[in-house]
Amino acid sequence: MTLIVTLLAAVITTIVWYTKLPDNTYRIGVLALTYWAAALMWCVDGIACLIGGEPFVEIADTMAMLDDFILGLVVVVVGLTAWALYLLLKDPRNVMAKVFADRRS
Amino acid sequence: MACFLVSGAEGIVVGAVRHAVKKSEIAKGVIDEEGNQLVDASTHGICWYRKLGWLLNMLWGGVLLLAIEHIWHGEVVLWPPFLTAMQTPDEIPVMLHEMATVGVSMAVLVTAVWVAATLVVDHVVKRSARYTQNTTTEGA
Repeated sequence: MTLIVTLLAAVITTIVWYTKLPDNTYRIGVLALTYWAAALMWCVDGIACLIGGEPFVEIADTMAMLDDFILGLVVVVVGLTAWALYLLLKDPRNVMAKVFADRRS
Repeated sequence: MACFLVSGAEGIVVGAVRHAVKKSEIAKGVIDEEGNQLVDASTHGICWYRKLGWLLNMLWGGVLLLAIEHIWHGEVVLWPPFLTAMQTPDEIPVMLHEMATVGVSMAVLVTAVWVAATLVVDHVVKRSARYTQNTTTEGA
């Protein structure tokens, strides 16, 4: 379920990134690449589970599924938080610099 | 257990390579000090500094989100030795085996997807430039 939630987040952010092009002010591509990479890594993890005799995605145990789903949501939130911090640090609209410059003057 | 550390190690190496590539491309006049491409992407392709930035983004993004998963499952803790497998000597070879198999596969897959993406993007950029050139010539 974590993989599915992350894949969904990757697809949505990619669509948003594409519809906003050529405007790349908010670096949505950074968020999309983060989700895609994590989804790819969990695909490898799923294949390793299959080889080890476990299911690719847990669907038999409801509690495990729910746990994985909540983890997926947490992962999406962490991705968004990291992206927000990236925006604050990079300050692509130069807003932070203006705000702090105003405070000083 | 600690499979994401392999991608983290690759991220450190790629970061160093990107730093060297930046210096080289600045010297060649491909990019400026801020990393903006100065040459035409439709003829020269997208600069390597930018392409390596995508790979770095994928590696560190993946590492961050997988680290969260490992913390969730109690495989990584925020105090030494950080990896719970390190507390039991029997689990250390299992962890190393997982890093060598799953971890390396993750890093290889992410890198392979990045290579494919860079090839596709360069092709698309050059093709769109040819298309624009053809339509301009036909229109004239």
